[in-house]
Amino acid sequence: MTSLSLRRTVAGEPLRGLDELRDLRAHANLLYELVHRDLTIRYKRSFFGFFWTMLHPLLLMLIFTVVFSGLFRMDTPHYETYFLSAYVAWNFFAQTTINAIAGLAWNGPLMKRVRVPRSIFTLSAVVSGIVNLALSLVVLLVIMLVVDAPLRPSLAVLPVSFVIAGIFTFGVSLALTAVCVFFADVREMYQAGLPALFYLTPAIYPISIVPERFRWLVELNPLTRLIALVREPIYYGRIPSAQTFASALAFSLIALLAGWMIFCRLAPRFDGRL
Amino acid sequence: MNAIELQGVSVRYRRETIRSLKELVVRAASRREVPYFYSLRGVTLAVRSGESVGIIGANGAGKSTLLRVAAGIVTPTEGVAIGRGNVVPLLELGTGFESELSGRENIQFNGALLGRSRAWMRSQRDAIIAFSGLEPFIDAPLRTYSTGMVARLAFSIATAVDAGTILIDEILAVGDAAFRARCEERIRSFVRDGRTIVLVSHETEEIVKLCQRTVWLSHGEIIDDGPSAEVVAKYERQRGAPAAR
Repeated sequence: MTSLSLRRTVAGEPLRGLDELRDLRAHANLLYELVHRDLTIRYKRSFFGFFWTMLHPLLLMLIFTVVFSGLFRMDTPHYETYFLSAYVAWNFFAQTTINAIAGLAWNGPLMKRVRVPRSIFTLSAVVSGIVNLALSLVVLLVIMLVVDAPLRPSLAVLPVSFVIAGIFTFGVSLALTAVCVFFADVREMYQAGLPALFYLTPAIYPISIVPERFRWLVELNPLTRLIALVREPIYYGRIPSAQTFASALAFSLIALLAGWMIFCRLAPRFDGRL
Repeated sequence: MNAIELQGVSVRYRRETIRSLKELVVRAASRREVPYFYSLRGVTLAVRSGESVGIIGANGAGKSTLLRVAAGIVTPTEGVAIGRGNVVPLLELGTGFESELSGRENIQFNGALLGRSRAWMRSQRDAIIAFSGLEPFIDAPLRTYSTGMVARLAFSIATAVDAGTILIDEILAVGDAAFRARCEERIRSFVRDGRTIVLVSHETEEIVKLCQRTVWLSHGEIIDDGPSAEVVAKYERQRGAPAAR
């Protein structure tokens, strides 16, 4: 479709990435409403809605704090900050990708009845995810105040880290959702594989405890870099170097481009499968 | 000028869709042909702007698929579909309603689904609420509404559109007699305003009243296309049924 005034749908024609992008921009209001709906249903109806979403990471934090700082006698001061600063970023990635997959299935009936850009549901999952990430950061900052961990000016750089994490997560979500329309069991496989990915990411342990011969595996994991972008400013009080930012941005953009291409290639064949 | 043009449009679905990697492997091993069926087959149709066209046919004749192709929701397997101007589908009332949100919030959300801007929705909101007659309940969550109330809200939102072309799929079958009469009146006002209407209905009486021209679909193909009274008469004769259901 070239514009709203003339729309041609031709058999066998792929979805052009630029057209989809233009379509997304024309539906900015819908994006706003989708995110609004997500957050309203999650938070507005009950105070505990927010409480429950934080309960899980807090419980995990407690467990890992006991296990790692107690049993393993690991010498990490303020382990709770160390863990949570990485976990909020990990949780953003894991939860957003899962929500994006569920969202496309959930909104399938909608897509059969109204004409909207199909990537909008994935995009709204990522935007909602970033809002949730910002909210959990607030909780983390409160915890840091309570346990008397230092709050440093490097925190100001976090929005940049969040945007880069958002770009990467959007790319991965696009590819995953498109594939899951065709093969529903990929969702189960992905959910089963997520914990493995979690332990491959230095969130609960420092990368230094990984044996030398396995370290490349952890370092190859893109989430290792993304988590560092969030943990460095919070826990270490350091601003990651420009080079760190640039390389993270580069591979995130590659993920976005790849995800976008996969999505646009598969989207015209969604009909009859949603 | 044509508001909608379908050129040799076919829509084909697999009868059994492969839904998982597991099935794909099993299917590849058994080498069985996957059967297809055609929801539309070689349909060529032009709707002039300002025209009101009815679509009739038995269940499964492809009526809804035709509207979906015209709206650009479904990509045809063969052929080309063209829509000029703002084409808005009103396919199923209540699409996208969220039971936890209030009636007012649902108006905003539904408007966005139909491609309306925030400002436009805000300017129309009072008129929508007034038409629905649900003023006292508008801030209560939708789950507290009765089915009839939901249908009234949905119709009020759906028809508060500024689109040049409106595709309507059997949404007149809802609500009580009084509300239906108002719906009919609204569609008639669309026709008077010179908007393009494509109306799918099982109620042939309604089609004759509201549409100048009628297209008869059967098994995905156009059987007849002409003045509503003539096409409907032929259709009724073939069905061997009286005019009223």
